[in-house]
Amino acid sequence: MSQQYTFALAGNQNSGKTTLFNVLTGSNQHVGNWPGVTVEQKTGVLLHHHHGGSGHFGAPAFGGKRDKAENNDIRIVDLPGIYSLSPYSMEEIVSRNFITLEKPDVVINIVDATNLERNLYLTLQLLQLGTPVVIALNMMDEVRAHGDVIKVDELSKWLQAPVVAICARKGEGIDELVRLAIDAAENHRPAPRVDICTGAAHKALHAIIHLVEPKAQAVGLNPRYAATKLFEGDDPMKEMLQLTEDENHIIEEILTEMEQTEGMERAAVMADVRYRYIERLLEKSYIRGSRDDDEPTKSDKIDRLLTHPVMAIPVFILMMLLVFWITFGPFGTWVADGFAALVDGGIGFIGDALARADVAVWLQELIVSGVLTGVGSVLSFMPTIVILFMCLSILEDSGYMARAAFLMDKPLRRLGLNGRSFIPMIMGFGCTVPAVMSARSMSSRRDRRFTILLTPFMSCGAKVPVYALFAAAFFNDNKVLVMSLMYLGGILVAILAGLILKRVLFHGDAAPFIMELPAYRLPTPRNVLRNMWDKAKDFVQRAFTVIFLATIAVWFLQSFNFRFEAAASVQDSILGTLAGVIAPIFAPLGFGTVEASTAVLTGIMAKESVVSTLAVLAGVDAESGAMLAALHGVFPSVASALSFLTFILLYMPCVAAFAAMKRELESRTWAVCSALGQCGVAWVCALVVYRVCLLLGL
Amino acid sequence: MDKKQPAAKRENVAQLQPGEWGIVDTVGGEGALHRHLLDMGITPGVHVTLRKTAPMGDPLEIHLRGYSLTLRKDDAARITLRQEEEQE
Repeated sequence: MSQQYTFALAGNQNSGKTTLFNVLTGSNQHVGNWPGVTVEQKTGVLLHHHHGGSGHFGAPAFGGKRDKAENNDIRIVDLPGIYSLSPYSMEEIVSRNFITLEKPDVVINIVDATNLERNLYLTLQLLQLGTPVVIALNMMDEVRAHGDVIKVDELSKWLQAPVVAICARKGEGIDELVRLAIDAAENHRPAPRVDICTGAAHKALHAIIHLVEPKAQAVGLNPRYAATKLFEGDDPMKEMLQLTEDENHIIEEILTEMEQTEGMERAAVMADVRYRYIERLLEKSYIRGSRDDDEPTKSDKIDRLLTHPVMAIPVFILMMLLVFWITFGPFGTWVADGFAALVDGGIGFIGDALARADVAVWLQELIVSGVLTGVGSVLSFMPTIVILFMCLSILEDSGYMARAAFLMDKPLRRLGLNGRSFIPMIMGFGCTVPAVMSARSMSSRRDRRFTILLTPFMSCGAKVPVYALFAAAFFNDNKVLVMSLMYLGGILVAILAGLILKRVLFHGDAAPFIMELPAYRLPTPRNVLRNMWDKAKDFVQRAFTVIFLATIAVWFLQSFNFRFEAAASVQDSILGTLAGVIAPIFAPLGFGTVEASTAVLTGIMAKESVVSTLAVLAGVDAESGAMLAALHGVFPSVASALSFLTFILLYMPCVAAFAAMKRELESRTWAVCSALGQCGVAWVCALVVYRVCLLLGL
Repeated sequence: MDKKQPAAKRENVAQLQPGEWGIVDTVGGEGALHRHLLDMGITPGVHVTLRKTAPMGDPLEIHLRGYSLTLRKDDAARITLRQEEEQE
């Protein structure tokens, strides 16, 4: 029997859902967005070896891959991590709509067994939706380690759904979970009817069920689910059912009466009802070990240091320095150099092949000097991005990032942001591309946009070679000081920009900051690698589309003059002419030379190009000592060098970052305005720096 | 700190000191905030303990239903605690 089933994966954040999804789907994953919203959607296909033993699919018992996608593949849709099915966030709406309207065959509810009380709150709501639910109790290894016991059968009885104990990170219980899910899909059990209400709430709920049953069924919704949402005052549900004014009025009366009897408002009543049911359920099915509830857990002990009133911030700074040391220090540089060598080798190889094949010279030029070199220069910072992502992914999966957001919330509030903005902005010190992408985890669009606009001011890793070079040329004795000043300068400008943007564009406060502090856990290597791979793939895709075009454009502009003949030198080319045209703009900033403005223009492609362009224009090797002298030629004074650095620090981000920002801001207009705004800010700041330096006699 | 008695004279969660606990009386806030507080387990009658505060006193880390939650002082102030009846 060939049947394509769809399983939805639902659960709290930090419940190990990602780990489970990775275990179930392996590399058969696709990451995208839910239509119309920037909520990440992951879908995948169940690995065949998990089907093992079911026989229905005719799969060999010990699986292995099939040659083509079979029409008995099982599709797995990973829903966003949610705590409830309220109508207040996109994640919740997307999840409940998917389950009720797209009607997957089974909902696999993953539950953090060390946190059962709060996790079951979502479970109770999922059970109402009408789709068969299979509950996976994850992190059972930790439960056992605490000495606690969960009576799985008892739990299953209370919830009227199959329950299975698993440990996703170790791969335990997975096959049993799949078997139960397939079983539920095939036998399509009726919706559980778990009656959790008592007293006045019970009366009110049943009155509403009775009232809306026909309309609910007409739109394909479980009446109990519809009624419960109406009970909670859920506006989208009212709309979906298209209730008449009379019906609304009756419901309102029912609920008002209930509120008076219960002494609480309706949403509180429902929440209270659910949690009390959970408490009763746990009394019967959760046996606590001899451990005292107040005894500090391992996580608590770690937190004594990491969120210590005095030590927390220094420890955090050290942590960040460690991340940057790994990314930009000996290890990171070794990887980056190795990768760059590979890329260069590849380009050389292709170049030779083209030459041997007697391809037209202009085409050779286009491919080698244009496309490959350009793309190569951008790809060359991929190792840095990947390493950075790895470090940050480890920090996130371990649970430390939540603590960082906790520590940073108060300072960020002054800017109108919240603690969650901190992570993207810190990442911006590595590379704007992953930083901006990580802002996706923020559910408030306002917060996301605000954060993304400020992130580019954080001096990214690509600018480091520029600073390093200039520092060597002009400030040899004060290299570290100057580099630190650059970083601090970026932060200061970001703060100022933030304060201004808050007043002008992003009125009001950030989204409420109510966040779970998960237990510290060792990140799973598989998850970290998968994360790295996803981000790298995303970046490379971007590199090949946007940057491909941009590199061809730049190559063309710098190789040809306005008569479309090969230009004798860069200065004669279109780019050179353009640079000559805009150079006067930089005159007040102290670097109104064609060379400087050419470098600025190529820096739009990739910040490292600033260095290579200056080298090419001066006719020297960027690595050589002659480069330093050449720089002195282009920038006559220390003031002009500092001013140039300031401009490079702050002006629009590179093409890759621009493309990422456009996507995450969901608007080309915003991205363009941001780029223009940054150029404006850069210009003003460079001017200030130049004038101040002149005054200081530099 | 007496484990058997909730902290005296703390009207809301924001007033708790590290280590003190109380029983929630009402949950304030509106709309999304109110709902989120309830969803995360802050319901009338629940036992909450203040674990610690961030270096600047804000946000707070509270412990309830077996897990830890961060909460801003402003939001915590909206969660009132049951007061012990005065015994004459």
